[in-house]
Amino acid sequence: MADAILVVDRLEKRFGGNRAVDGASFEVARGSITGLIGPNGAGKTTCFNCIAGAIRPDGGRVTLNGQDVTGWPPHRVYAQGLSRTFQIPQELSGMTVLENVMLTARDHPGENLWEPILRPWRVASREAEVREHAMAMLRQVNLEPLAHERAGTLSGGQRKLLELARALMADPELVLLDEPSAGVNPTLASRLVEDIRTINRERGVTFLVIGHDMDVVARLCDRLVVMTSGRVMVEGTPDEVLNNAEVQEAYLGSQYR
Amino acid sequence: MLEAIMGLAMSLGDPTFLVTFQGAVNWSVGFLTTVAIFAIVVLGLNVQWGYTGILNFGVVAFFMVGAYTSALLTLGPATGFNAYILGLDLPVLVGWLGAALAGALLALLVGLPTLRLRLDFLAIATIGIAEILRTFARSGNGLVNRNEGLNGIPGFLAGTVDRGDYKWLLLAIALASLLLVYLLVRAATESPWGRVLRAIRDNEATAQAAGKRTTVYRLQAFVLGGAIMGFAGALYAHRIGAISPPGFTDLFGTFLPYTMLIVGGAGNHRGVILGSLVVGFFWFGTPLVQESLPDAIGTNVFVWRQFFVGLLVVMFILWLPKGLIAEEARVSRFLPRVAGGPSLRARITGRFRAE
Repeated sequence: MADAILVVDRLEKRFGGNRAVDGASFEVARGSITGLIGPNGAGKTTCFNCIAGAIRPDGGRVTLNGQDVTGWPPHRVYAQGLSRTFQIPQELSGMTVLENVMLTARDHPGENLWEPILRPWRVASREAEVREHAMAMLRQVNLEPLAHERAGTLSGGQRKLLELARALMADPELVLLDEPSAGVNPTLASRLVEDIRTINRERGVTFLVIGHDMDVVARLCDRLVVMTSGRVMVEGTPDEVLNNAEVQEAYLGSQYR
Repeated sequence: MLEAIMGLAMSLGDPTFLVTFQGAVNWSVGFLTTVAIFAIVVLGLNVQWGYTGILNFGVVAFFMVGAYTSALLTLGPATGFNAYILGLDLPVLVGWLGAALAGALLALLVGLPTLRLRLDFLAIATIGIAEILRTFARSGNGLVNRNEGLNGIPGFLAGTVDRGDYKWLLLAIALASLLLVYLLVRAATESPWGRVLRAIRDNEATAQAAGKRTTVYRLQAFVLGGAIMGFAGALYAHRIGAISPPGFTDLFGTFLPYTMLIVGGAGNHRGVILGSLVVGFFWFGTPLVQESLPDAIGTNVFVWRQFFVGLLVVMFILWLPKGLIAEEARVSRFLPRVAGGPSLRARITGRFRAE
């Protein structure tokens, strides 16, 4: 691939005797929206965790922006321009929705212990900027009216949206979305597809999306990577992949046959 | 307040040491001084456990290190049968600074190897460190005067007022120190820095995904808390004038601060100061009611109070887990305050007002 922002090469991760990821290789083109699909247990989320540094792979290589980031801790991968969401939303329930988003901001001097004590004015001005930016992110996912509520009061679908807002807050080059539309009502899911496409087009953010909802994935993605049993089975455009007999057999079932 | 305490004491059976107004005043001044010092310890613990979720079971170790450090820096050289290191005869304020640094250093030493591990390992390490320090102080020859402890620790500004009035000055010093630490801790934690700490406490995976180096933040919080506890230990040493290893028990120096934190409301600085006052009154006020209690309890009142304070903790955890003043949803003071959660009364009665 000419310009790949992410290259995953023969990635391996074992949990005891279970080979969750067993030599998966694929690439994500810069500026694309790539879908990662496959049946339950195919190793999609484990792949995400290895890429983002949440767990250390047992073998293979992850290259992000031309930099080998295999086995890096999450904060360094983040610094390299990657942010992610979780399959099960990991909101900070006791904190406000707004501060959940503000947490992800880059370059905040106020996160340095001495700054809020010795130079509060500097922190205050950056905090105001970060707040504006976070509000804009919340507007984008329709959560602005809930900005000052505790995140614990949100519904399941709203938590998924909060995850998205938080991931985008980091000004990432590549965003890993783990089932962004799960639990989101169909109307909102359609809007979500539009929003992600808009962000992709206008800001050039690359997305790698795990999806279960085939309607959403087909409308959202330029390219699909299909995983089964820890390996990549097929890659291609949504049309090619969805019409592949092998994929239909293994994953999609009779409804698409 | 004073009349109330005195009235209470009188009606409860006239304890001999509280019969006079002067007695009540003396008791209250001493009590508030002690509570202020405890509140400083609890503020340090609030940074570590309340904000960051670091389970430190060795609070007394940091307190003790502060007390000994300040004493050794400000006492004169060892004479007679006494045998201890240093004895530099430095000004008291230098001793206090040294105590805070010693607390920070101990936190760094304990935290560096353990904070990158799971949090239960730190908890176990901190239990050990308190025991090691006590044993060290008791048995180290020529180190800190073993079980005799250090005596004649100079009071801060002791010569400036009459002996009889010094208790007022001590109270003022303790309250001023508490205010200073409160403002410092507030400035540090009600901020983007504190937001990261709370994120680490509530969900470390989220904090990591947000690009935070969680181990570094944990270490910072642990060291700041340790410095504050060390400072409190110094205040205690110079107030009481004599320290020795048996005085620094886990019950007194670790368990009691945790109780104050839980009762007051972990994560809320004003809450934990209130908690220090309430639990302190339970603990130190016991002698006030001793004579009016049934003999079975009254004669063993110092044992029973441990039971009752334990019961208090259990009751709070069951029925009021957020404490007297719950943590705010908003962390950063640079953001507008958010309308709070349910009122204290609603949290006790379980009746929530529909919005």
